[in-house]
Amino acid sequence: MRFFHVICIYALLASLSACAVSGASAGAQVSPQPQTYLENKGSDTIVNLALAWAEKYQELHPEVRISVTGGGSGTGITALINNTVDIANASRKIKAEEIEEARKKGIEPVEFTIARDAIAVIVHPGNPVERLTLQQISAIYTGEINNWSELGGEDRPIVRLSRETNSGTHVYFLEEVIRLGDKADKTIFSADTLLLPSSEGIIAEVSSNPNAIGYDGLGYITSHVKMLAVAGKNSQEYTLPSIESVNAGTYPISRDLYMYTNGQPKGIIQEYLDWIHSSEAQEIVRELGFVPILETSD
Amino acid sequence: MESKHPLEFLITWFIRLTGYSSIFFVVLILFFLVSEGLPALSEVSLDTLFSTRWYPIESYYGILPLILGSLVVTIGAMLIAVPFGIGTAVYLSEVARPMVREILKPLVEILAGLPSVMLGFLGIQVVSPFLREFLDLPTGLTAFAGSLLLGGIAIPTIVSIAEDAMNNVPQSYRQGALALGATRWQTMWGVTFPAARSGIITAIMLGLGRAIGETMTVMMVTGNAPIMPNSIRALFMPIRTMTATIASEMGEVAAGSIHYHVLFFIGIVLFLLALIVNITASWVSMRKQTHKERVLS
Repeated sequence: MRFFHVICIYALLASLSACAVSGASAGAQVSPQPQTYLENKGSDTIVNLALAWAEKYQELHPEVRISVTGGGSGTGITALINNTVDIANASRKIKAEEIEEARKKGIEPVEFTIARDAIAVIVHPGNPVERLTLQQISAIYTGEINNWSELGGEDRPIVRLSRETNSGTHVYFLEEVIRLGDKADKTIFSADTLLLPSSEGIIAEVSSNPNAIGYDGLGYITSHVKMLAVAGKNSQEYTLPSIESVNAGTYPISRDLYMYTNGQPKGIIQEYLDWIHSSEAQEIVRELGFVPILETSD
Repeated sequence: MESKHPLEFLITWFIRLTGYSSIFFVVLILFFLVSEGLPALSEVSLDTLFSTRWYPIESYYGILPLILGSLVVTIGAMLIAVPFGIGTAVYLSEVARPMVREILKPLVEILAGLPSVMLGFLGIQVVSPFLREFLDLPTGLTAFAGSLLLGGIAIPTIVSIAEDAMNNVPQSYRQGALALGATRWQTMWGVTFPAARSGIITAIMLGLGRAIGETMTVMMVTGNAPIMPNSIRALFMPIRTMTATIASEMGEVAAGSIHYHVLFFIGIVLFLLALIVNITASWVSMRKQTHKERVLS
């Protein structure tokens, strides 16, 4: 047994050193090649998507290097205004004062919708509740409504599920649903909200627990749970989330995700943005739980 | 201690170095924890730090529900693991026939090697739905689900060490007791068990350490809701532990921010808890040794 351990350790060491050696030689081979660098910075919501795109694109075009960093939509746009990035990512539209500031510095921000983000509210398939208003969902998550019978369902306690606080979806849900988009509102989740570390955890609990309500990015929802139709703040029209209703703008808990460039993009930046709108890149959007842009809506 | 051979001298030094290095690393870790965690005390008032609401993205830094959450799960786990673990150890060392023991002991040790994420998966898919239906709870993702699984994680540690401890009790003790007319049960309970007590307590303490530091499983099955535990019912409600909080939030936090420092402060609290467990364990086993020597003399 002990002999086996020693062998294991040596094997591990050998493989580690092999990695180090191959890594070093790979670095040495790549560096003399001509390279084009793209700086891509901004929204933390988009950062994983932007990274996935950058990785795939670099595979297809080894001569392009894309560096992706997060920091928030505001950080990205500020960097664009200061002309330190080629592409800024933002999960909100650029503000009028930001455009003004950019123009003062001779920067002309051009907007591209690159994907959409929608949150589906889900319950157990056996739950008779079919639809909720945003206000009702907010009241559930702040702890004002605690029983499904208050919403026309069975007499069951409500178990609230949420993604962890580090997820962009969590923050979006907090701002747009719990606080109904009111910036001054400081309401937070009820303390007994279960914070689950993964989408799988939420789907697993909602699909097996008739008391549960949860939410997640539309792309993560499976057929084991039931999506609720949601009515917006000032409307009585309930809409079920789908790629079509999100693209049509009728589903209330959705937003567009943007990239901004300085002036109409040329050369490599233009090629990259064109590729992002291709079906290959939009497939990555779907894999990461966002909503792809439909060709027809553009 | 004159070394005859230069190689012997080298080897002695090498072994000494490895021994000292463990002290060195512990000191380094402690230094890092303290230097990253103590600024939290100046950035966040003690009132806030020991308040009852944890929601760091809106600057609620109350770590009390997290500390109590960890304690509830760990106590629950030990309530399950100690009787089962000690029972299994006694059975293996005193009751089981050698062949049964040869089969069971390696199986228990395989259990110890199970990755905790697998147990967490089992917890989400099997344990928590079962608990919800069986105990009629709103949700099965509760402290109790965590306790059950952590108990499962701590049991192999306890069994393995406790069984070794009981095996190390000299056969003459048992023979002596039996010769004096004690029954098998009296021998086990009155002679073998007390003689192995220090080893058994070490086993429990190591199991406790394993349970309090476990992260992945509790993160998956306890629901992670930072509720203040206020009664025995808390065991059947979701809770959030310190380890799960650090694990799920550290990845996204900005280095040097208040939230970052508070997470390290939680690390200090965990470190202190582990220290208390270890000091208690060594204190108990040392005290036992002197007692045993007195009996033997």
